[in-house]
Amino acid sequence: MTLAALADLLVGPFVEFGFMRRALAGCLALSLSAPPLGVFLMLRRMSLMSEAMSHAILPGAAAGFLVAGLSLPAMTFGGLVAGLAVALAAGLVTRSTVLKEDASLAAFYLISLAGGVFLVSLRGSQVDLLHILFGTVLALDDDALTLLGGISSLTLVALALLYRPLVIECVDPLFLRTVSRAGGPVHSAFLALVVVNLVGGFQALGTLLAVGLMLLPAITARFWAADLSGLIPVAMLVSMLSSVAGLLVSYHAGIRLPTGPAIVLSAGALYLVSMLIGPRGGLIHRLVRRRHLEA
Amino acid sequence: MNGSVSAEGEAARPGAIRFRGLTLGYDRHPAVHHLDGIIAPGDLLAVVGPNGAGKSTLLKGIVGEIAPLDGMVESGPRSGAIAYLPQAAEIDRSFPLSVLDLAAMGLWRPLGAWRSLTRQRARLIEALTAVGLNGFEDRPIGTLSGGQFQRALFARLILQDARIILLDEPFTGIDERTTGDLLALIRGWHGEGRTVVAALHDLSQVRAHFPSTLVLARRPIAWGPTREVLTPPVLARALRLSEAWDEAAAICRHETHHAAPPADGDRSIETHDHEHGHDHAHPDHHHAHGHARAPHGAVS
Repeated sequence: MTLAALADLLVGPFVEFGFMRRALAGCLALSLSAPPLGVFLMLRRMSLMSEAMSHAILPGAAAGFLVAGLSLPAMTFGGLVAGLAVALAAGLVTRSTVLKEDASLAAFYLISLAGGVFLVSLRGSQVDLLHILFGTVLALDDDALTLLGGISSLTLVALALLYRPLVIECVDPLFLRTVSRAGGPVHSAFLALVVVNLVGGFQALGTLLAVGLMLLPAITARFWAADLSGLIPVAMLVSMLSSVAGLLVSYHAGIRLPTGPAIVLSAGALYLVSMLIGPRGGLIHRLVRRRHLEA
Repeated sequence: MNGSVSAEGEAARPGAIRFRGLTLGYDRHPAVHHLDGIIAPGDLLAVVGPNGAGKSTLLKGIVGEIAPLDGMVESGPRSGAIAYLPQAAEIDRSFPLSVLDLAAMGLWRPLGAWRSLTRQRARLIEALTAVGLNGFEDRPIGTLSGGQFQRALFARLILQDARIILLDEPFTGIDERTTGDLLALIRGWHGEGRTVVAALHDLSQVRAHFPSTLVLARRPIAWGPTREVLTPPVLARALRLSEAWDEAAAICRHETHHAAPPADGDRSIETHDHEHGHDHAHPDHHHAHGHARAPHGAVS
């Protein structure tokens, strides 16, 4: 294969088609903001919590769809309201009752999901939930791109501002409580960022797969980096690679391969490879015993 | 030390902790019952008592981690300036954080969320050196042994530079050498005039290093100079009084008659006289036990 052919294979689709460039821009924006949140979720053992949050968003988006049709502002607003309401209610219950966060969150997202299904069936309309579930990455319009860019910028700025209290809150929440009242607001702000990114993600990948771009790169990064200053950039990089690979694979594939799932599957492939060969606790490095050090 | 000075005056001074009819507990069941008194600024106080006596609960109450069921804690003008080392720190030791970063948390008060840490590095290293962790600054906290980790937490306490330091069983599972080093640090804090309150089990340690002691068995049993307080009858009484959780306990009708704090000041604590009739289930409650330090072997 010549270099020109390779370039054509990798760059050609983006040069040729505007919708591919838009898809790439949207995914790269999401790759900057979602994976860092995933890193914190993973380190706090809240990986599954984002899955629950994505379920909580779904009925809100569906309700927005019901009211205003396939309208970006309505669905985004609906998703945000539902997600933030569930996150806040769960946080409130956790702080003021005996329930731990996972339990209260599970309770609320189940209520939210059931309420959403109820709402949809109440109207009796045939809603095309496939759009909400699996996204339309190849049909991102200007508004959607602006939304994704805005969410990405907002997330990065907010993370920079919250970084120190967020880390302390992860490591030693009791300590943070004794020196500052920031713990509760920081935690809520973090959950809000997760919700905002999931809502942004459902434009591109759908609610269910948005979690994929948040968590898979973060989990993959664990096999390559030891501390936060390594984990976050590696996770971003993995997410970008997955986005590009997923877009290209779905473009070149002979069969009709939906783009959203292709991106998440690419991230999944990177995860499996990292799990095998990753230098930080990957399978092969565990199996091959190196001689221990002197001290 | 607690004596002679007017009670009002002491409570106003920074570093003092004052309890007014303080009742702390879980689910309405008191774990610390009607505690009154003042921890003087600069005191080095050991809180002893059997398991379940309310030692940890008392420290949590002082730091504000649990809200009082009744009464209140007053700790000087800036109640926030308390450094607290919990018993089983709910610290996630698998989090990828370096020892230096853990200690650096102690600088939260001056630096907050945004001010730079880079200029503080010398100070951080100094604190780590003080606890014998020189050279450990870049190690992940997950690789430290129990004793080393406790040393790192003490480095954080040093950096917190707090007027009041609360330690909840800081030497549980810690070897002799580390305990010795950390006790030296505590003596240093005492010398600097900080108020140190430590929940402890090792009575010989208390006798050797702590000038004053509070014996707790849900209710305060005795409070004063260690050699006067740590006597066999007091300890026996503390053991007897660590009552069992009574699911069907009646509502405590103890009147909060401490609106005006006791100003007699002949003793830092006044275990209240239960002269008024009340009918609840605590044994040993229906007779007066006004003298904390003169335990009476009566009924119960």
